[in-house]
Amino acid sequence: MRIIEIPMLALQRLFGVHKLAWVFLLPNLLLFAFFAFLPIFLNVFYATSGGDNILLDDRPYVGAQNFNNLVDCSNYLDPNTCREDKFWRAIWNTLWFVTLQVGIMVGFSLLTAIILNRDIRARGFFRSVFFFPVLLSPVVVALIWKWVLQREGILNAFLDSTGIGGINWLVDAEWAFAWTVFLTVWAHMGFYTLILLAGLQAIPRDVYEAATMDRASPWRVFRKITLPLLAPTMLVVLILALIRGVQTFDEVYAFTGGGPGTATTFIIQYIYEEGFAGAPRVWGMAAAASILVAVVLVILTLIQLWVNRRNVDG
Amino acid sequence: MTPKILKTTALTAGVLALAAPAMAQELRFMCSTDGNECEVYEDILTRFEAANPGVDVVVDVVPYQAILENLPVQLAAGNGPDLAKVTDLGGLNEYYLDLAPHVDRGYWEESFGDFLTWYRGGDGDEGIYGLHTQLTITGPFVNATLFEQAGVEMPGDGATWEDWAAAARQVAEATGTPFPMAIDRSGHRVAGPAISYGAALNGPDGPTLSDDGFTAFVEQFVAWHEDGTMARDVWAGQGGATYQDGAQEFINGELVFLYSGSWQIGRMEESVGDFFDWQVVDSPCGPAGACSGVPGGSGIVGFNDTEHPELVAALIDFLADEEVYAEATARTRNLPAHLGVASAGVDYEGVSEGAAGALNGFAAALPDVDPAAFWYQGYAGNRAMFGITVERVSQAIVGELTVDEAVARMEEDLAAAMAESQ
Amino acid sequence: MARVWDFLTATRGGARLHWTDWASYAYLCAGVFLMFFPVLWLIMSSFKTEGDLQRYPPTFLPYQQETLMVEGFDDPLPLFEMTGGDYEGMILAQVRRVGLQAQMVDPTNPGERLRVSIENYRPVDSVTLAWENYTGLFDRFNFLLYFWNSTFITVTATLIMLLTNSMAAFALSKYQFRGRTFVLLLVIGTLMIPQTVVLVPLFLIVSEMGMSNSLWGVIIPGAATPTGVFLLRQYMLTIPDEILDAARMDKASEWKIYWRIMVPLSAPAIAVLAILAIMWRWNDFLWPLIVLTQSENFTLQLALNSFQGELRTEWSSLLAMTVLTLLPIALVFTFLQKYIATGIASTGGK
Repeated sequence: MRIIEIPMLALQRLFGVHKLAWVFLLPNLLLFAFFAFLPIFLNVFYATSGGDNILLDDRPYVGAQNFNNLVDCSNYLDPNTCREDKFWRAIWNTLWFVTLQVGIMVGFSLLTAIILNRDIRARGFFRSVFFFPVLLSPVVVALIWKWVLQREGILNAFLDSTGIGGINWLVDAEWAFAWTVFLTVWAHMGFYTLILLAGLQAIPRDVYEAATMDRASPWRVFRKITLPLLAPTMLVVLILALIRGVQTFDEVYAFTGGGPGTATTFIIQYIYEEGFAGAPRVWGMAAAASILVAVVLVILTLIQLWVNRRNVDG
Repeated sequence: MTPKILKTTALTAGVLALAAPAMAQELRFMCSTDGNECEVYEDILTRFEAANPGVDVVVDVVPYQAILENLPVQLAAGNGPDLAKVTDLGGLNEYYLDLAPHVDRGYWEESFGDFLTWYRGGDGDEGIYGLHTQLTITGPFVNATLFEQAGVEMPGDGATWEDWAAAARQVAEATGTPFPMAIDRSGHRVAGPAISYGAALNGPDGPTLSDDGFTAFVEQFVAWHEDGTMARDVWAGQGGATYQDGAQEFINGELVFLYSGSWQIGRMEESVGDFFDWQVVDSPCGPAGACSGVPGGSGIVGFNDTEHPELVAALIDFLADEEVYAEATARTRNLPAHLGVASAGVDYEGVSEGAAGALNGFAAALPDVDPAAFWYQGYAGNRAMFGITVERVSQAIVGELTVDEAVARMEEDLAAAMAESQ
Repeated sequence: MARVWDFLTATRGGARLHWTDWASYAYLCAGVFLMFFPVLWLIMSSFKTEGDLQRYPPTFLPYQQETLMVEGFDDPLPLFEMTGGDYEGMILAQVRRVGLQAQMVDPTNPGERLRVSIENYRPVDSVTLAWENYTGLFDRFNFLLYFWNSTFITVTATLIMLLTNSMAAFALSKYQFRGRTFVLLLVIGTLMIPQTVVLVPLFLIVSEMGMSNSLWGVIIPGAATPTGVFLLRQYMLTIPDEILDAARMDKASEWKIYWRIMVPLSAPAIAVLAILAIMWRWNDFLWPLIVLTQSENFTLQLALNSFQGELRTEWSSLLAMTVLTLLPIALVFTFLQKYIATGIASTGGK
């Protein structure tokens, strides 16, 4: 690492300590600039042009038409009245999904983390068990559960043998949606459990000891001590879970394909199908939808950060 | 510049110069497979390589998704392969290499006839672009053993969809089979029955998915899902425009009648084995009188970005040779699109009597293909129409839309798609 | 036995188990079942033949029908056990089946043909692992080449990502400078855009840079992941500034502070990120699919998916390939998980 150290020292002499921050940031910002910001920037050009051409030079400018088409709706609550009904179905599905999925997942992650934080045997083993599904690729996760849940899968074979009788899980809209939530919780909760566990372990022991002396009930200890001290970690978990929830795509696409009908079609799948998998490829509409989603996400995150800051200050 | 750098540069240049001729003769062939096609072509092309020293054909076997979704993007960015086996025959026409200047037009037109039009951009285009290697036709598979067990007579020649539905329901009831009928989840697959119900597809005002015939079929199809005639798993088990076949249910002996196509024969033979007897029957007829399947398949095309157009043309021409074509067809168990090979008959390799009979049964159905079905397969915008059909009809089946709403949406979607691709 | 029981029910503190302990263990054991069983099921399924995979009800162990060479026949014949009719209880080999009738032969007396109804027999199965699902893969692909490509992409992209992300996180957590909040917001903003929705412009950029069809076209854009910056920054904030100030008093250069102090102290967070990065890059599918079109550059995930044809999917090969791609990452995890465990434990001490 001396190869880096010498030029860095020279730069430090040149800029001083505080400006050196930019040098540390530079490599990452360069990567972001080319492979994250520039594509987003180009997306704006796609969103304001029409046709099915890929090359920007060959695309006619259409102004805000793509955005207008997306929001052309007489009643936003009923997708059937919208011009782009699929977009609004995807939006409502995503909202429902994110609310349920983030709530359930963070709840179970917290429960698991608390249990793993107790004095139990084989803690390392149990921790890796819950983390294990995080390692699987989305396609494999979908494959595994499809294999278990298919009409002739092991779950139905089990239900048949107990006399309850199998259910055609993925053909029924409500069940398919419920299993989609389950599948994403199954695949990702280990990651959040790990972060929360680290947060729990960072809470000093003596705080709890003092509470035990006061004979506070476990529930009171949890509400008055654990939760407040866990708040910064919770914020990271919530932001990440929320963003990842809105971006859910690969697993579900390989799992139900968005069906039955459009019951599990979420917003990223709409964008992907509109711009990539469909025919003709409507890049403009896809780009416009992605920009709308990004704007909503940024606003949501800012609200979350702001609420958090107020809570901390107050 | 120091002498050392100069030397390195010279050396590199020398190596590049040496390597250049070898590199110059490499052809990349992007291929996706439903069985053994890519293997067979790789094997046959070793003969082409032997006849053309210095030429190296590399077959890149990719997932079908790459051909469908990524190849168009790569071609637009100028990064495509030299040739590929494609299914969106007319849709990619702008990137095709015209083989006409390099091949014997007389032989190609005589051998492939109307199949050449599938690859053309539109009326007035006389180019020769692709070699149709995998000709398919849609048609029904029937579980004959279940019919025998139920003691039900199989509907004969000229039977309608309703006759088959009634018979299949009877058989399913008598034998306790869960599903009477299924049609693959694909816009291409339902086009045949829709034509039988009177859909024009290419109407007087251009392509349509909402004329009376098509609506009549959608109504019947949705009703059949509601009364349990059709297996819901196939159409309701997926979303978007994703393809899903009913072969698994059929192979398990849980389905009496499957409307799929000729490409399933190899799989049926392998997986059904001795479990039950299956056979291929004629496409059922509809109220409109037509009893049509839909042809389809894939073919090999060259791209105009290639650095070696003559070589690409020579390679495709080599595969178009009657003898080579017959061999490839026999080994990949496809139907021949080469009229000479077709009239001579194909001697399928290592195929059971039943499967050979099924293949010939499908080949015999080709002359019955309705002109609308032939047009549909060759229409450059057919992918959009397939996708729209699948999405909207699925929504009607699961109850998100009524049949009328679904048909109205199909009309709007198609209009938007046509406007977008102008 | 009693001692085992004592061992199992004793808590670390030595006291007897409280009901909450029972509930905890019950929860954890349910977790083990739920997390592992589906994967185990997948592994067992990967040893089944294409025919066995379609069977219902499915069996846990892979079965194949037994066959036997019978005198006078060129190929081995499948064996059936008679469950009714004239030959009940015998094991016969099937010559051929026509409709509902089967022509059988008794292996001990191959001369005579027997006719039975198919309702009266059941195939004789035995547990057999279909290794051909696996060996077939090695015949079909240049497995080692794909393995090498995947490994090279994963390792290089992970290293680049860890280095750039930790440098950026260091700057964002330990320096006060104008524009810091702005950069932070940019990072979070980048987090919002999934790669899937910018696939097309991203591809155009990468191919303009001449990186399409090369492994670097997968590595470099893959390293631009904001999650790492965000995670590491949150962790580095918890490292006290006094340590840094003490080092500055000793005239340590900023790079040295980063490399010798911040990186080692952030090891647990870096280890978590390393696992995530390895997993992301190893499992990547959509992006390599569009960048890499030539088979000498293919990754394992691309090879895995080449079983998905337009019209049919070969399940037996697909499952076997899935298990093979799963193995290396499971190994990396078992190796790194101890490190994370100690890492988290040590943070807990503070």
